[in-house]
Amino acid sequence: MTAWPPRGAGLVVSAPPGTEILLSRTFDAPRRRVFDAFTRPALLKQWHGARGWTLVVCEIDLRPGGTWRFVSHGPGGAEMGYGGVFLEVDAPARLVQSEIRDGWEAGEALVTTAFDERDGRTAMNITVRYPTREIRDSVLRSPMRRGAGQSYDRLDDLLSKGHHP
Amino acid sequence: MDTSTLDTTFAALADPTRRAILTRLTQGDASVGELSAPFAMSQPAVSKHLRVLERAGLVSRGRDAQRRPCRLEARPLREALDWLADFRQYWEESYQRLDELLARLEEQEDS
Repeated sequence: MTAWPPRGAGLVVSAPPGTEILLSRTFDAPRRRVFDAFTRPALLKQWHGARGWTLVVCEIDLRPGGTWRFVSHGPGGAEMGYGGVFLEVDAPARLVQSEIRDGWEAGEALVTTAFDERDGRTAMNITVRYPTREIRDSVLRSPMRRGAGQSYDRLDDLLSKGHHP
Repeated sequence: MDTSTLDTTFAALADPTRRAILTRLTQGDASVGELSAPFAMSQPAVSKHLRVLERAGLVSRGRDAQRRPCRLEARPLREALDWLADFRQYWEESYQRLDELLARLEEQEDS
């Protein structure tokens, strides 16, 4: 089912019981343009990343079985590499890809991205499925370290802070 | 061992009786008997819901052996909502840059 968050609502995030995170957002652009922004390295490098993270390596072989690889640089010289394989490519409507962060194979995610167009606007609906609920929750708790090797340490810190103030 | 997760929090909130119990507890502590009164439910049935809420860390029980009053513990709920809000804000920053890029691409196409 396609969610159409209203204009100005920004990103809508939900975590239903299970192992998935759902992300929905609308853009004031036809879906061909949005799809290009999600799949062309020259465009991705202009927007992808937040909180001081920028995409420095972006390689995409956009076909079923093709690989993708991103490297992002973050605050304090931090570097994070991640990539995977495209399982489905149906431009400009749908992408299914695996996503593995370097050194965090246990956290491999299956990412399904759907783009729907209506009256020149595009709804993006992303479903990220993790292997377990614990991994899903750790990603929600600490997005900037999503998949990084120290995720579990950080999760432990957060949990101990949260429950033993 | 603490097994609190987003799922246990949200699963605990998924039931209308449990939400009603939490709503009642926002007005102050209450015994199982006091909580059972508004519901067409037996005390054991209400106790079962309370155990789910206790396991999720949303309710604690007092030490008074007779009444064992129930108390609302708001922190796990607040934490779960904070995590979602923080995660949302993290990615929203990126998508706002995408909004700007899409607008620039439209100008380039028009010119």
